[in-house]
Amino acid sequence: MTWELLSETLRLEHYNTRLVVFGVAFLGATAGLVGSFLLLRKQSLLGDALSHATLPGIGIAFAVMAAMGLSGKSLPGLLIGATITGLLGVLLVLAIRKTTRLKDDAAMGIVLSVFFGLGVAILKMVERIPGQSAAGLDGFIYGKTASMIWSDFVLIAIILLITIIVTIAILKELTLLCFDADFSSAQGWPTLWLDIILMALVTAVTVIGLQAVGLILVIAFLITPPTAARFWTNRLGWMLFLSATIGAISGWLGVSISALYSNLPAGAIIVIAAAIIFLFSMIFGTARGVLPRYFRHLQLQRKVGRQHLLRSTYEILENTQNGEPLKNLPISMDLLRKHRYWGKGELPRLIRQGRSEDHVERQPSGELRLSESGFGEASRITRNHRLWELYLIKYADIAPTHVDRDADMVEHLLGAEIVHQLEAELDLSKPTIDSPHAIEPTEHELQTRPTTKIPPP
Amino acid sequence: MNWTANDFHIILVGGLCAMACALPGTFLLLRRMSMMGDAISHAVLPGLAIAFLISGSRANIWMFLGAAIAGILTALFTQWITRFGKVERGAAMGIVFTTLFAIGLVLIRKAADHVDLDAACVLYGALEYTPLNMVTLFENETSFFAVPRAALVIGATLLFNVLIIALFYKEFKLAAFDPGLAHTLGFRPQFMHYLLMTMVAVTTVAAFEAVGSIIVIAMLIVPPATAFLLTRNLPTLIIVSLIVAVLSAILGQIASHIPPLLGLPDTTSSGMIATTAGFLFLLAWLFGPEGLIKKQSKQLEIPHFD
Repeated sequence: MTWELLSETLRLEHYNTRLVVFGVAFLGATAGLVGSFLLLRKQSLLGDALSHATLPGIGIAFAVMAAMGLSGKSLPGLLIGATITGLLGVLLVLAIRKTTRLKDDAAMGIVLSVFFGLGVAILKMVERIPGQSAAGLDGFIYGKTASMIWSDFVLIAIILLITIIVTIAILKELTLLCFDADFSSAQGWPTLWLDIILMALVTAVTVIGLQAVGLILVIAFLITPPTAARFWTNRLGWMLFLSATIGAISGWLGVSISALYSNLPAGAIIVIAAAIIFLFSMIFGTARGVLPRYFRHLQLQRKVGRQHLLRSTYEILENTQNGEPLKNLPISMDLLRKHRYWGKGELPRLIRQGRSEDHVERQPSGELRLSESGFGEASRITRNHRLWELYLIKYADIAPTHVDRDADMVEHLLGAEIVHQLEAELDLSKPTIDSPHAIEPTEHELQTRPTTKIPPP
Repeated sequence: MNWTANDFHIILVGGLCAMACALPGTFLLLRRMSMMGDAISHAVLPGLAIAFLISGSRANIWMFLGAAIAGILTALFTQWITRFGKVERGAAMGIVFTTLFAIGLVLIRKAADHVDLDAACVLYGALEYTPLNMVTLFENETSFFAVPRAALVIGATLLFNVLIIALFYKEFKLAAFDPGLAHTLGFRPQFMHYLLMTMVAVTTVAAFEAVGSIIVIAMLIVPPATAFLLTRNLPTLIIVSLIVAVLSAILGQIASHIPPLLGLPDTTSSGMIATTAGFLFLLAWLFGPEGLIKKQSKQLEIPHFD
């Protein structure tokens, strides 16, 4: 590989490269768009069933055209044949799913394997039709990207245009279908027809993709870009845009790389490029990627842990003192350890975290004491917690014994604003309220509780 | 009709293979993972290619191992993507098998440069066009050993599957119907899942050489699905799907002789066996106890209730 070749390829200097790059990129964009709805409809593998189901159509179309005295390999004829059996296959999947106890996967598997078997049987027969060379029909199985010509390109561009127009026209209906099909049909939308329109779009993409990237690899075009896009966003519009872009980029990358290195099948490189983008998205995707999700989880864990530590400390202070106002005294580690259940190594970790956040400080005696800000925070957290418990008991009719667990979770999830609202609703004016289901102080705590009022430190 | 001893051999190998596939297929169906067979049979390609690159020859134990490992990896990767990426299983499966298949294609293309490898042999032979090799395997009486070998390999696979299912029948049953309960009872559904996947991978690969992927995929799915429409009892389900599998092999081989009788060109046995299985499914779908015809007549009966 030379620089010259690289720049030639990147600047699309050759007519052929330009044509193939744009053709495949358009195809990728279209497949990404349509595939998004398939993914959200949880029907990704339908493309698999469909692409296999096109094979008998190709064979039959070849035989019919040969019988009519035409050239058996006329592309439009073959594609029409592929479309017909492809659609038939999809309709059979829908029918099996609707009328039997069999689930999606089995319905797709049956159609896929039987149609593919039939297709191979028919192709085998077609190969032996005298006077017609069927060689190259199996190109549909593995694809022949580099041999794309102008008319193929025009076909792809038209399909892309139609797909975009249809998608925009029925975006609302498709969205409803994808997210809540039952609601959609209860609202009186013709879900069956929407499904059929979606399937028709998928069929169009698959059939066009057949000869560009092949029967197996077009499946990847329908599945991988939308799944990758899903990791970056929770909004449908963005997902559609991203998915189409990822499809186009993997198409461009695949074609360029296979043009640079001889003897690399373009279809396969496209799929590998898409898979690499998928892997990157799965790890780093901001909305649902593995790492961001992990960090969010850690953050939540820190927050919950902090609240547990501060509230426990505050409750111990309440239990070991009688009388208002509450004083911020050092408490022994032993009391803290016995106050609630701590996971293995959890308490030392939380104390380390609390010290770094300047909420607690270690006394020279080894006891723990809340800092100025920690005391305020602890009082706030405890109050929020009890507000919630009270709310749940009074308004949500939950047995008092079951409240604490829920309170924990809700408290961690809700913001200060809602808490203020609650406070107003419950008409509470005290800075701290008593726990509506107070846990009896432990024996230890009672022992440490002084009989007389203790002097301020 | 041009019926020869070869037909019996084909039926023997095809029938054994169909049964070997239908057994794990039944549990795949119950676990709603029927497409796994399709995914695995595509994804073994890089395994075959790498094994070839390492060992330098086709059709030996290395090929088998490479393919089986690739098959199990497919199940593993799918599981990981589903679990860690929270992606729907179908989509995860689709991504994994298309990617592995693409890697396989590249490897084979590259291998053909350096090693004396007939790319088409692995590509077509191991995937779509194996049945062509199989017919020649039987045509020639001098290579008599080839016939029992294929039947032996498949027979051994069938035996392996029967043994595993007999040993872990209870566990498989529980894991198929209630993985949650299986887990709480300590039956480790995860382990059963991977055992099932291993079975599918081994069966797929063993059957590859002899009959091609078409029969494998079809027999993993169609006979169990057909039986599923005919019974609601697990032992019966297994037996009926075995019967449907054998019937598909016999009737399919007979059907492959029909086109020449009509003046049409010859066709492949494996394609016709898969098609016949589909036809049997259609019959069950229409005429089974819960079939379309029965449903239709039931619907007509309803007005008589009042």
